[in-house]
Amino acid sequence: MATRQTQSLARLMRAPAILLLLVWMVVPLAMTLYYSFLDYNLLNPGQTSWAGWFNYKFFYTDPAFFAAIGNTLLLVLGVLAITVIGGVAIALLIDRPIFGQGLVRILIISPFFVMPPVAALIWKNMIMHPSYGVFADVARFFGAQPVDWFAQYPLMSIILIVAWQWLPFATLILLTALQSLDREQIEAAEMDGAGAVNRFIHLVAPHMARAVTVVILIQTIFLLGVYAEILVTTNGGPGYASTNLTYLIYRAARLNFDIGGAAAGGIIAVVLANIVAIFLMRAVGKNLD
Amino acid sequence: MARAVTTRTKIGYTIAAWAVALVIFFPILYTIITSLKTEQEAISGFSLIPSFSTQSFSDVQSQNNYWRPFTNSVILAVGSTLLALVVAIPAAWAMAFSPTKRTKDILMWMLSTKMMPAVAVLVPIYLIFLRTGLMDTRIGLTILLMLINLPIVVWMLYTYFREIPGEILEAARMDGASLRDEIIHVLTPMAVPGIASTLLLNVILAWNEAFWTIQLTTTNAAPLSAFIASFSSPQGLFWAKLSAASVMAIAPILILGWFSQKQLVRGLTFGAVK
Amino acid sequence: MGGITLKQVRKSFGDIDVIPGVDLEIKDGEFVVFVGPSGCGKSTLLRVIAGLEDVTSGQITIDGQDMTDAAPAKRGLAMVFQSYALYPHMTVRKNIAFPLKMARMDPAEQDRRVNHAANILNLTDYLDRRPGQLSGGQRQRVAIGRAIVREPSAFLFDEPLSNLDAALRVNMRVEISELHKKLATTMIYVTHDQVEAMTMADKIVVLRAGKVEQVGGPLELYHKPANRFVAGFIGSPNMNFLEGEVAARMGAHAIGVRPEHFSMSTSQGLLSGVVGVAEHLGSDTFLHVDLDNGPHIIARAAGEMPVNHGDRIWLTPQEGRVYRFDAKGLAL
Repeated sequence: MATRQTQSLARLMRAPAILLLLVWMVVPLAMTLYYSFLDYNLLNPGQTSWAGWFNYKFFYTDPAFFAAIGNTLLLVLGVLAITVIGGVAIALLIDRPIFGQGLVRILIISPFFVMPPVAALIWKNMIMHPSYGVFADVARFFGAQPVDWFAQYPLMSIILIVAWQWLPFATLILLTALQSLDREQIEAAEMDGAGAVNRFIHLVAPHMARAVTVVILIQTIFLLGVYAEILVTTNGGPGYASTNLTYLIYRAARLNFDIGGAAAGGIIAVVLANIVAIFLMRAVGKNLD
Repeated sequence: MARAVTTRTKIGYTIAAWAVALVIFFPILYTIITSLKTEQEAISGFSLIPSFSTQSFSDVQSQNNYWRPFTNSVILAVGSTLLALVVAIPAAWAMAFSPTKRTKDILMWMLSTKMMPAVAVLVPIYLIFLRTGLMDTRIGLTILLMLINLPIVVWMLYTYFREIPGEILEAARMDGASLRDEIIHVLTPMAVPGIASTLLLNVILAWNEAFWTIQLTTTNAAPLSAFIASFSSPQGLFWAKLSAASVMAIAPILILGWFSQKQLVRGLTFGAVK
Repeated sequence: MGGITLKQVRKSFGDIDVIPGVDLEIKDGEFVVFVGPSGCGKSTLLRVIAGLEDVTSGQITIDGQDMTDAAPAKRGLAMVFQSYALYPHMTVRKNIAFPLKMARMDPAEQDRRVNHAANILNLTDYLDRRPGQLSGGQRQRVAIGRAIVREPSAFLFDEPLSNLDAALRVNMRVEISELHKKLATTMIYVTHDQVEAMTMADKIVVLRAGKVEQVGGPLELYHKPANRFVAGFIGSPNMNFLEGEVAARMGAHAIGVRPEHFSMSTSQGLLSGVVGVAEHLGSDTFLHVDLDNGPHIIARAAGEMPVNHGDRIWLTPQEGRVYRFDAKGLAL
């Protein structure tokens, strides 16, 4: 399909999408970069001045910043651990011959379609509420003292909610990968005398490795940006106990009106995300041709 | 495995799988049950049998003006997806059927825009919306959601279009079809399943978007995600009402989602897992 | 009607010359086969003629008109693709009628032509099915039907039989030949299978690395190959080549003998060797022979030959059936 006519037409058809994304990517990022060097507060817009590296230094010396970085990492790693391990286990289970497999899949995938604020509200009020939640009911049934989850274990509670939302995604992708495994290969291995454990180690696991990588990288991108779950449940508290980087920047911009500071935080978030993105792009890029 | 499995083993796996599935689905199930309880029932201990009261549903609709955020959600999700399709279909067509040396790079770059953390551009977008009067408008948010999902839309369409054999389009060209004929009579009918899946998945993503919708709306353009988030502020503990609002917010998308499981894997992994 | 002329047609992708420059004259009504090993540029040449690829330089005339830069649709050619390229969402009837619909032809005339084509191709009972419900051979016929309804000035076939099983391939080969006799329209047919080339063509164009090695009728190529490449490519099983002393004795760098041109004996002859595999087909016997201090060759004996693995055999090339080549591979 390589005539000059179709090529120039193709250029014309690609242009709008490319231009839109170019503007969308370059303009706001350039503005963020610019603002990050300004002393600019919306409460005092008249006194805007050049701040140099001050915003970055301020962020760097703020104890909340390190708490937020730590929480961000804990949140990402915690959710990844739960979803990948749980996802592999559940995928292996529902790949077995079972009655009602279709319905089981539908039930398991469902949490992914629940919007973050609803997921957070359901868990906060229905499940983890210290007096009316199901966990409290269970605790009382066994004669134990109900736990006030969001006050005592704020970050862990949020990890649990986010993991619940992403477990279906991991399961579904890993299941898809599992089902694309060549059955004849497995049967050949069986003929060669490989037991179930060996088959898993030498055939299933390497085949799944790629899907696990994709799950980890894609989830990381989204998990770095967890926001609504925190807003709805703990508001980042108590103190900074459940504040991640996204939430910290949101607070700087929207609650403290500190445009310069929030912009500096945004640039730091870009750097963090890019480190992950480079790995993801490699993994996806390999599959292009 | 293509081998006879004893019924007993199958029953064992079935019980285990259903147990896991029910645990995972339980929060949603319990919310549905609670939404059918009265407020009194809802706070009087664990119970799986509601009185099937629809009071909470009518309360949410009458007291909280539920239909406005619902309408906003529909407009934003469908509008942004359609807008994205209009831009993405020609682009994906060009990249799939008239690839150049740079096509791969362009696709990767598009993907990279998706990886920009939203919070990094919160400040400029917020200020732009504030100054241009786009704040709390459907049009502003529709455009924003379109831009956010555009890379995924282009990618999904591209992977679907690539599965249409180029020879078929060449055959159409040999048969005397103009470009217009080629798109209307050959490409579009063959691409409809792919376009439909793309549409479905992106409606879901746009419907559930909960960062920008919360940041950039107050009341007029607030979709369900922002509306529900506002319930976090303690305005009395109305468990049944909260459940009813939640059920109404997730039900349409849950059902759409059930139909698009397969496409979900493909769309969200940018074709890396099929 | 239907004459096609290529003048110094060149096609390059980037720095690579796929076709360095081809001159070719195809007469109206001729069945021309482009044959060559995969990657020889034969499909590219066909696509250049079709207008699906631009020429880098050179000129293409169809029916005496310069069509070098014309769009595919304007050239009056019809093409049958390797994958058939049927429209999966249309019924057989709509598939066949598609080019007519694109030409905004009167619906009654469309129906008449579709029915006529379906009749010729035995597709009448399948007109309301979709391609997915048809067998490979039926799909192939639909693709041909879609080509013939346009009454094009020439048909282009791009390896149309390569996706069919062996038995069906023989049938379709005959059907296409019969179609050519019936329509008497120019056909250009691309294949890597020299049997298809030999059985169907009026004129064979042997291509290698984008260059035309020889043009001629099937028997002309069989009897008078211009060079070692053509000699080795045409004929099945392939020609045996012998170099060294045997060749030198005949005043050549290498000699070629077709498997069917050996006289065999179990007691005496020019060349001697041990039988590796003997393929007894009933009508013929193919012997794979390892010559003493020489190459592995294949010889054909008519009928049944009582020879088995490990037997010693003597072979003598038949008088006047030896092809001689110089060091550059050109025929002497």
